[in-house]
Formats: sequence, structure tokens, C-alpha cells
Amino acid sequence: MRIRSAAIRAGLAASLVLLASGCSRGVLNPVGPVGSAEKMILINSTAIMLAIIIPTILATVGIAWWFRAGNRRATYRPDWEYSGAIELVIWSIPALTIMLLGGIAWIGSHDLDPAKPLPSPNKPVNVQVVSLDWKWLFIYPDQGIATVNQLVVPAGTPVNFTLTSATVWNAFFIPQMGSMIYTMPRMATHLNLQADRPGVLEGESAQFSGDGFPGMQFEVHSVPPAQFAAWTAAAHNGPVLDPKAYTELQKPSSYVKPLTYGSVSPGLFDAILMNKAPPPIAPATTPPAMHVSPKTALGPKNVR
Amino acid sequence: MFGRLTWDAIPFNQPIPLITSLVVLCAIGAVGAWITAKKYWPYLWNEWITSTDHKRIGIMYIVLALVMLVRGFADALMMRAQQTVAVGASQGYLPPEHYDQIFSAHGTIMIFFMAMPFIIGLTNFVVPLQLGVRDVAFPTMNNVSFWLTASGALLVNVSLFVGEFARTGWLAFPPLSEKAFSPGVGVDYYLVALQIAGVGTLLTGINFVTTILKIRAPGMSYMRMPIFCWTALASNLLIIAAFPVLTATFAMLMLDRYLGFHFFTNDGGGNSMLYMNLIWVWGHPEVYILILPAFGIYSEVAATFSGKPLFGYRSMVFATLAICVISFMVWLHHFFTMGAGADVNAVFGIASMIIAVPTGVKIFNWLFTMYGGRVRFTTPMYYLVGFMITFVIGGLTGVLLAIPPVDFIVHNSLFLVAHFHNVIIGGVVFGVMAGYTYWFPKAFGFTLDERLGKIIFWCWFIGFYLAWFPAYALGFMGGTRRLQHIADPSWQPYLDVEMVGTVIILAGIVLTIVQLLYSIKTREQRRDITGDPWDGRTLEWLTLSPPPHYNFAVLPDVHGEEAYWTRKQTAIKLDRLIDEPNYQPIEMPLNTPVGVICAFFASVCGFAVIWYIWWLAILGLIGAFAVFVWYAWRDEHEHVIPIEEVRKNARERRRIRQEHLQNLSQSI
Repeated sequence: MRIRSAAIRAGLAASLVLLASGCSRGVLNPVGPVGSAEKMILINSTAIMLAIIIPTILATVGIAWWFRAGNRRATYRPDWEYSGAIELVIWSIPALTIMLLGGIAWIGSHDLDPAKPLPSPNKPVNVQVVSLDWKWLFIYPDQGIATVNQLVVPAGTPVNFTLTSATVWNAFFIPQMGSMIYTMPRMATHLNLQADRPGVLEGESAQFSGDGFPGMQFEVHSVPPAQFAAWTAAAHNGPVLDPKAYTELQKPSSYVKPLTYGSVSPGLFDAILMNKAPPPIAPATTPPAMHVSPKTALGPKNVR
Repeated sequence: MFGRLTWDAIPFNQPIPLITSLVVLCAIGAVGAWITAKKYWPYLWNEWITSTDHKRIGIMYIVLALVMLVRGFADALMMRAQQTVAVGASQGYLPPEHYDQIFSAHGTIMIFFMAMPFIIGLTNFVVPLQLGVRDVAFPTMNNVSFWLTASGALLVNVSLFVGEFARTGWLAFPPLSEKAFSPGVGVDYYLVALQIAGVGTLLTGINFVTTILKIRAPGMSYMRMPIFCWTALASNLLIIAAFPVLTATFAMLMLDRYLGFHFFTNDGGGNSMLYMNLIWVWGHPEVYILILPAFGIYSEVAATFSGKPLFGYRSMVFATLAICVISFMVWLHHFFTMGAGADVNAVFGIASMIIAVPTGVKIFNWLFTMYGGRVRFTTPMYYLVGFMITFVIGGLTGVLLAIPPVDFIVHNSLFLVAHFHNVIIGGVVFGVMAGYTYWFPKAFGFTLDERLGKIIFWCWFIGFYLAWFPAYALGFMGGTRRLQHIADPSWQPYLDVEMVGTVIILAGIVLTIVQLLYSIKTREQRRDITGDPWDGRTLEWLTLSPPPHYNFAVLPDVHGEEAYWTRKQTAIKLDRLIDEPNYQPIEMPLNTPVGVICAFFASVCGFAVIWYIWWLAILGLIGAFAVFVWYAWRDEHEHVIPIEEVRKNARERRRIRQEHLQNLSQSI
């Protein structure tokens, strides 16, 4: 008996250690305001529900055991099938819980709407995200550079993502930063995230997109703002992402090593959104896009 | 001549599907040879394949479900094995193009060809008996429904050996499932098989709604119907409302793929968001189509084995109908991450949570049904208690997923996959296993072995927790679903525990087969003489086990909410059975081969459409239509069961009951 309980304790300890170590890169270890707020809602809601669920589970086991056929001390009431007072209580408990959680959901949905800009004294960095078969293209329109499978962001600064897909659906997700969002062909979605401190994070696609899907991971480097400026400056030495390079990049590939482009066609993102051939690298004006999207890419909120 | 079909379609270079196919073909051949040797074909054909008896059709549905459970679970086992070994540097033993077919087939088979037939099979078997009637409203259509479902299952399984299955997940989201990204036959197999099976399911829905609304024993008003009939009604109403949406959605995707339409394509003004909405307008009610009858089973089990009426019957009926209606207003919670505005997300999130209210009420009602009872811990009761514990946890994670900001971090993750396995295994599978054990003696006249039954329960229960609780943790670690390869080596211990759980569930499935064979072998020890082995409360326990083709010699008069319980109590009080009624000859529908012939042509047509063999597709379509024309011109509709036979069976039943009553009064 003693050996068994020791084994159980060891097992419990081991699983706790595992849980703690395993979660160090997950949604329970957020690095920014969005992820932290979402984790808080997750934990609060779980606690509220556990307050009802644990007693219910204990009552289930307890009542089933006490009223077992062999228990002579339990009173058998073969015709007891209704009690107005109990009915009132059992409708009220879940109803009140859901009213409370519903309030949390309403407020949370509005506070954490992915399209809502984050409050910050710093000017947000704009990043255009394109999911390709099976890698991520990140375009920095203000800096005129682009990267593949590597996202570099300044710590403590909001990042304003505009996302689309050049092929099928994917979901852009950096677990430690919070909210994920779909990337959909011919549609643009919006997402605002922030990393509070420097570090290396992992990103992934969270929507199955075909055979190369498991190889769609990307690196996220959150760096001090000065280092970010230095990185953008240095990045300009990289190769050019012109229509020819883009055509090459577009070809299906998986587990792609990170790379950086020193310059990029200015209208590339809009061309992908419009399902048109990418424009040449020379400055060109794109006609106003007709987006089929929950929010238009060039709406009033997104004047750049 | 043969469209796209060439020898390349046979996977000669892929040992896993090839060997599996050969083993399956050998097994089918062996069973066929055994039937031929024993000369069972005429019996099978006359008594089962062409049967219009709702009980036989129900049993055939459940046999199909059990076979598909084995197939679907084999897929699960392969997936778990792949994820356990394909961590870090290793790519495992399944390449992506194979792995992606397996998870798509697993989901498709488990929902459409395991859970649905199991639920429909139990509904078929039980509902007419509980209503105190002789058959469903449209017995021939019932047979057609079954064979069309079987036809769909056949096509999905043919894809293992000829061609490939979809690599797009069980809902085939475009544009991935469009011709541009999935040019092979896989998605076509998926679409055609589900279109054929979907027609069968829709016919079932029409059949049962009509039956429950129009044909009930005298005195059985709505508020006297057993709760399982109420849940079956709600479930079948959902089928009628939801399945046409599925058919229309798949029809649009087929137009895209076959005729170059642009409903969901990236170009030509197509919009894939439309598909996402439509498929979940069907998909969310679908989970309630499965779980509501399971709730009904738990209610029957709780009342019977607690020796008490169901607590709060009216509340239960109301909760069931509330779930039925609200389940149509929540589909958007499957894609909060699409970028709809905060208002839209919040409204659908709250609507989804509201479903937890009637569901919670149900849990409490089962609790209070046990309260004050004399609980007999039979296998179905184990499933009830196991379900109540497991399902509230699934409910918790479900409500978490309904909160949009929480969904933003766990959407499409292993947390989500753990949640729906939590409610499907802990809810639907436990429910159908409870129903299978509970009604087995009614169907075959002997009970299943209880000791093995309890071991099977523990395998499912423990196996579920080991297989799926690590997945909740992996979801929090950012683990997403459908990964053929896992980059992060720190997942390994979790995956190992999941594998152990899966093997325990495997033991449970193997033991289910062992239990069946063992119970058949030792059936004389567990014969159900009285037709009422569990001291039941509803009308199915009134008749013999197995019931005669016509169920009841005379339709029972219903007094009170628990028709059979009231009758038993009256008999005990008066110490005699009710007076012998006036027996009449009974008219019953004739058996008909129309279902199996129609399904044969539907399968031929479906196969031909998948492979672009147009002449064969047209022939199949004509054949399927012609068989109905032929059926419409039939001369004989029914056969008459002579009064002598009715009287003989009924008197035998009365004699047994009389003896039983005497034993009872002596023991008191």
C-alpha cells in the first residue's frame, strides 16, 4: 500500500513538472497584453465553472453510491419524481453561471477584438502576412523589406498585422502572443499583437492546409527597438522580391529555412489579395481593391 | 471507356493499404464462403436483407456501426502510432499524403458511419416498441434508408483499395477541397459517398418524425411518451432541418469540381467563407442529432435501474426541445477566428453557452432520478455515472471554447480535439454502449455477459482519460491538430500516455467482440424468459424477447406516463393480469428487395461518377429509378398474420407473465 501511494505521488509530481515545463512555450505563458488578457479569461472562467462542476461530480458519485440497491440505510422513495423547489434551483444554477460567463464573453470579445488597435505610446509596426504553400511571407511595407518564416518585431511596440493567403486557408498563430486569425485567399483579416519583452517565440499555422502543413512553423524574434532598427537597415542588403522571385517562392515547399528580402514590390500584398500577377518592382499604383472580406483591407481604419 | 480509372488506382506500391485491402477482401470472402457452405443465403435474404421489420433494420444498422467502429478505430490507432513516433528528427512511418487520408477517413467514418448508424439503429429498434406500435410509418423507406447508408459506407471503404480518400479533413473545406488544390478522386469519394448516405439519413428523419407524430398506441399522448421518443423526435427534426443543407453544400462543391462552377473557388467570384458557414449550419446541429438520443438512453437507464420514474420529466422534455432549437443558432462558434466583428462573435458565443443551461438541467435531473432510488449497478448504469462525470468536464471545455477570446488561443488546437472527443466518447459512445447493453436482451432474448460488460466500460473510461487528457495539455502548449510530424520533442511523454490510452480502448473494442461471442455461446444461462429482464418501465418490456414481427398482439392501452410500469403495478395490486383481449389477424408489410437493389445501383452510379465513367453513371441512375417504378406498380402490399398465430404467441406471453406474477406474490 505504501509503495503504491509513493508511486502515485511520484507520478503526480512528474506530471506537474511535465505540465510546467511543457507549458513554458504555450498559451499559459503569454508574453504580451493580448495573450495575458486571454489567459486571464481562460483561468477565471475555468474557476467559475469548476465551482459548480466539482460538487456535481462528487454528488454524482456520492448519490449513486449511497442509493445503491444494497444499502439498507438509504430511504427508497419509488414515486418521488418532481419537486418545484429543486426544479427552480437546477434551472437557476446553470442559468446564473451562464449569465456571468456571458458577460465575460461579451466584454472579452469587445476588448480583445483582433482588429482593435492596441493602446500604446509607440507607433505600431505594420506587417503584411501572406500564407503560401507551405510557408509564411512577412512584408514590412513601411521598411520595404520582406522575410520568409521569420518574423522580427520590436519588443514593447504593437504590431498591426494585415493577413491574406495566396493559396488555401491557414491560421496565423503565435501561441505566446495570443489571438490567432485565419488567412483566407482574396480576403484580408486584421490582427494586433504585442510582445512585451525580447525573446524567441514560435509561430505556426493552426488550420490544416495540405500535405506540407506540419512544416509551416516560423520563428518570431522579439528584439529591443534599437536592434529592430539595426536589423531593418541591414536587411536591405538582401535579395530582391520581384515578380520573378515571388513566382519562385510561391512554388509548394515545406520546412523552409528563414530568409530575408532586401526590397519588395510595393503593391505585392494587394496584388496577392486581388489574385493578380505581382507588379514589377518599379513603383506602381494599384487600383482600389474590391475585397470580399469581413473588413476591407483599405478601409478608413487602415490608412497607412 | 473507364474514365479516370486505370491500374494506377490500385496502390500496388503502398504496402499498408494494399495489405489491409487484401486482408479485408479475404475476410469478406471467408464470411461469404461460410454463409454459402451453411446455406444461409436464403435466410439472410428473406429475413434480413429485404426485411421491412424496424427491429431487424435497427440491428443491421448497429452491425454496420460496429464494423465501421473497427475501421474508424484502426485509423485512430495508426494516427496515434504515427504521432508517437514522428517526433523531432523522425518523420514516422506514414508520409503526409497517407496520414492526411487517415485523419479525414477517421472523422468521416466515425461520425457518418459509426455514430449515426448506431444512434439510428437504436432509434429504429426502440421507438416503435416504446410507442406501442407495430412498425414505423414507412417500412419500405426504412429499408431503403439503411441500404443507402450502407452504400455510402461501402464507397468510403472502396477508396482504400481503388484510388484514394480525401486529404482535406472530415469537412473538406474549400479551397483546399477544390479541383485546383485536390485534383485526385479523394474528395470525390468523400462527396459522393456522403451524398448517397445523406439521402438515406434524410429519409430516416422523415420516417421517424412521421412515426412519432402520427402513430402511437391508444392513450399515448405527447406528454406520456417515453423520454427516449422525445429525444428521437428532436434528433430527427434536426435531421430534416439540417441534412438538406449538407446535401446542398456538397452539391455546390460538386458543381465546382465537376462542372467548373465558382461557388467556393479563389477565382471567378467564389467565396470559401460561404462553405464554412453552410457546412457548420449542418455541422453543429449534427452533434445534437447524435447526443440527444444518447441523452434519451441515459434517461431510460437512470429511471429503470434506480427503480424510480425519471425526475422532472416535463423539465427534460423542455430541455430537449430547447437544445433542439438553440442548436441551430450557434454555428458561427466554429470560426470565431475568421475575423467577424466583436458583436457577431459575442452573440454567437453567448448563444452557444445558453445550450449549457438545458444540458446542465439534464445532468441534475439524472442526479435526482438516482436520489431516493435503489440503484442497481448494471453495465448501463456504469456508463451513466461514467458519462455524468466525463460529460460535465467536456461541457466545461465546451463553454470555454464558446468564449471568443479563449477560442482565439485554443481554436483548432488539440484542446478542441480533446473537447469533442470528450463529449463524443463520454457522451455518444458511452450512450450507445449503454443502449446496446440495455436493449440487447430485448433484441435477442438473452443478456450480454455483465462481467465483461463492466470490464469494457472500464477500458473505455480509463482509456478515454489517458488518451485525451494529455491532449488538453498539448493544446495549451500551442499544439494544433492534424500534424503528421511533431517538431517539439517535449510533447513525447504526452503522446506516449495518449498511445497507452488508445491501446486500452483497443482492448475494450476487442472485448466487445469477445463479449458478443461469449454471450452467444453461453446464452442459455442468461435467457430472458419474461421479456422484462431489467424490471423496465416502458412498453418495449411488455412484449416477448425477441418480440414477434408485429411487436404487440393488441396495441396496448396507455394509462399514465410510464405505460408498462403502471400496468405491472396494477397487475401486482389486483394479483391478476388484465382480461384477455379480443385477438385479430394482423396485417404487416411485405419484405422487399427494393432497398438493396436501389442501393446497388446507387453505389454503381456513385463509383462511376467518382471515376468519370459517364455511361455507367447513367445506367446506375436509370437502374435506381427503375426499381422504384417497378415497386410503385406492385400488386400486393401486405401479408396477414393469421389469428391462430397471434393468439398462440400472446397466450404464451400471458402464461409466462402469470407465472411471474405468482412467483412475485409468493415472494411477498
